[in-house]
Amino acid sequence: MIQTDILIIGAGPCGLFTVFEAGLLKLRCHLIDALPQPGGQCTEIYPKKPIYDIPAYPSILAGDLVDRLMEQAEPFKPGFTLGERAEQIEKDADDQFIVTTNRGSKHRAPIIAIAGGLGCFEPRKPPVPKLVDFEDKGVEYIIKDPEFYRDKKVVISGGGDSALDWTIFLAEDVASEVTLVHRRKEFRGHLDSVQKVMDLASAGRVNLITDAEVIGVEGNGKLSSVEIKTKAEGNRSLATDHWVPLFGLSPKLGPIADWDLNITKNAVEVDTFDYSTNVPGVYAIGDINNYPGKLKLILCGFHEATLMVQSAFKRIYPDKNLVLKYTTVNGVNGF
Amino acid sequence: MDNTIRVSIIDREGKLHELDAPTDMGMNMMELCKSAELPVEGTCGGMAMCASCHMYVESARSLPEKSDDEEDMLDEAFFVEDNSRLGCQLHLTNELDGLTVKLAPVGD
Repeated sequence: MIQTDILIIGAGPCGLFTVFEAGLLKLRCHLIDALPQPGGQCTEIYPKKPIYDIPAYPSILAGDLVDRLMEQAEPFKPGFTLGERAEQIEKDADDQFIVTTNRGSKHRAPIIAIAGGLGCFEPRKPPVPKLVDFEDKGVEYIIKDPEFYRDKKVVISGGGDSALDWTIFLAEDVASEVTLVHRRKEFRGHLDSVQKVMDLASAGRVNLITDAEVIGVEGNGKLSSVEIKTKAEGNRSLATDHWVPLFGLSPKLGPIADWDLNITKNAVEVDTFDYSTNVPGVYAIGDINNYPGKLKLILCGFHEATLMVQSAFKRIYPDKNLVLKYTTVNGVNGF
Repeated sequence: MDNTIRVSIIDREGKLHELDAPTDMGMNMMELCKSAELPVEGTCGGMAMCASCHMYVESARSLPEKSDDEEDMLDEAFFVEDNSRLGCQLHLTNELDGLTVKLAPVGD
């Protein structure tokens, strides 16, 4: 069990800055994020895009902003549980929250700060009828262990790097048959990967079907074939053991929808006094919250984090007085 | 009116919304839909990075070509047709006056 003062759900810019502001008040933080790396959308969606409205940075790349926030938080030694999704919340006898992830890691803290942004990033699932019936019965959205596909027939969908890279990897030595299905003729992946797939296709080692999409799944308890719609030749059925649709990630509000919070339009309602939610001890900051006049801007999230930790401090230490100390006067004293 | 065009948006229930849209605000179709409270997410904020503003151009006319970014993102979208566009990449200019678009269905 990981114990901390403020358990932050979401390691995006807002969550990371919370570590700094909490650290100034001698509060320790631990962050949980479903993604394998910190930074949230900034690293997952647009690391190379410039942001122009961070005060004092006329322009900064989203990835660089995250690097600097990590550096700024570092003196306060934040803990991280990455690649795991915060799933369940409960209270123990000492009025502390216990948050359990989808992998069973348990975290205990008197304060929860939800800085979940748009939610957790999950694989995009194609709108194919009966798809859910075949999940983990031949349909996988992520390739965890390529050995799983040893000597199997595999259909991969998608046009990006992961679709290309896995097609190459599985075709070269692993699967018995690899088919790549893509909606158009052009691929957006790296040029050398595209070339390699083309070469494998000419050599007959990859069955490349372009201008096409998978529109159906069939099988008796386990996937046995997919239905492919092609622009040129209409529909056809293809026997396969696996179908791996690789259409990137998209954010979903996820399990916090069931945490008894006031949620409207995928956002958690908060009191702008301290960004507290309707559950005492649970706060929500950044893109995931909503209040009159809300703007989904990183800079607004920083402000929310700063006020939120003040309230968190008073909740943890009701008898202590808090005096605002300027970092310029006192410096930053880490743990 | 100066600096205003009229566009029509068919929502996912088939209802037609005729909107007056400013051409001098640097807006795009995704933002126009959001400002009219139509169910368009615009998750990525307009960077052609999420496809949550996927729509079909119903009017037969030529529009600015899709960029590689837009075409690439449509690879990760579903229900893509030949007339698919990302609303965030359709900037409100006089060229769009009288345009009709239809919001694409959303997956799960």
